[in-house]
Amino acid sequence: MNERQPQVTEQDIHAYVDGRLEPARHSEVEAYLNESDEARAQAAGYRQIDQALHTLYDPVLDEPVPPHLGIPANQGQSYRHLGWRMAVMLATLVIGAIGGWFGRGGLDGQPAQTASLFSNAYMAHVVYSPEVRHPVEVDAEQEQHLVTWLSKRLQAPVRAPVLSELGYQLLGGRLLASEGEPAAQFMYENAQGNRLTLFIRRNRQQAGDTAFRFDRNNGIQGFYWIDGELGYALIGEADRQLISRAAHRVYEQLALH
Amino acid sequence: MSSFGQLISQQIPRLRRYARALLADPGTADDLVQDCLERAWSKQRLWRNEGDIRPWLFTIMHNIYVNDMRSLKRRPGFESLTAMAEPPGQERPESLLALQELERALHQLPDKQRQVLLLIGLEQFSYEEAASVLGIPLGTVMSRLFRARENLRTTLHGEQKSHLRRVK
Repeated sequence: MNERQPQVTEQDIHAYVDGRLEPARHSEVEAYLNESDEARAQAAGYRQIDQALHTLYDPVLDEPVPPHLGIPANQGQSYRHLGWRMAVMLATLVIGAIGGWFGRGGLDGQPAQTASLFSNAYMAHVVYSPEVRHPVEVDAEQEQHLVTWLSKRLQAPVRAPVLSELGYQLLGGRLLASEGEPAAQFMYENAQGNRLTLFIRRNRQQAGDTAFRFDRNNGIQGFYWIDGELGYALIGEADRQLISRAAHRVYEQLALH
Repeated sequence: MSSFGQLISQQIPRLRRYARALLADPGTADDLVQDCLERAWSKQRLWRNEGDIRPWLFTIMHNIYVNDMRSLKRRPGFESLTAMAEPPGQERPESLLALQELERALHQLPDKQRQVLLLIGLEQFSYEEAASVLGIPLGTVMSRLFRARENLRTTLHGEQKSHLRRVK
């Protein structure tokens, strides 16, 4: 402690580990850590602790939520017997109401319908992409059956685009409820287990096609757009550029249809 | 169910993770989450639909923990390790030992230090959010965080030393 330069404090080292320093300060502290073995060991130790906490407790995030935790006992009795996942599915019926949660509702002059594409896709991504055993309802081996079924339910030609050149393989897909109408989700996974989902639903508004629009929430980001009678959103926890390339691949392949 | 229910449902896995780390025993941890969800529903009108709902929920859970749960006798917290599925053929006795040691040390920390460490190190709240969740001054958050980390680091460091032959 004594030989340490006075301008780097204990607090700085913690804030450094927690990623809470301004970029300039971050560099200063980093430079200091490079010089001081003791401080470096300290920072490394703190980081190890955080990593160990994640190793110990992150598996809880993937555990199925016990049904009794889904809806509090004194609320929504009619849904309780359906279990948590079904309750979430039902909730997507009213998801349009949560626009405010994204802090902006619709962008200026942007119809709420377009903006809600992202929020609907986001909800479906959050619910299904962490699934280990049942990420999809129909797997990629039955792709033909899957697209026929989804096209029938959406009453529009739906296809699962190929993203293998970006390293993502189709896992399969499922039917969703979105604001009272059927919607579809295709799920893709790369070799590292990272997943992207493509959300598709009918475009109910008169206005025509839109450009790609970007949105993000809680680390999940992606692009959404309207092309003819369908609205799309491609999202995931991946690099923005990669998702952008994937979204363009999706657009090209589906536009040819 | 409303959009409020939607917001809450989304946070359940993270509430469970924090409760599990705090209490070690899965059953007791889920009881705490359950109480928290019920309290949140009953306070629904107090939630101003702006910003992140997570600090609000964690504050509710913390208050229940302080008022109701701390008096509960807790079982020692090693169950999650035995319950943790080890990938077959990939046993890592050394790292497993270190994890076990850390988990033990975590549950030997004073409650107040453990809460701060988990909110910041595991749940990634900012120091300000942690202060607000716990209802304590920012400076107190920091000093508890520092002590918690130093405590664990000393434990782990000692542990590693005792398991390694000195090579120096």
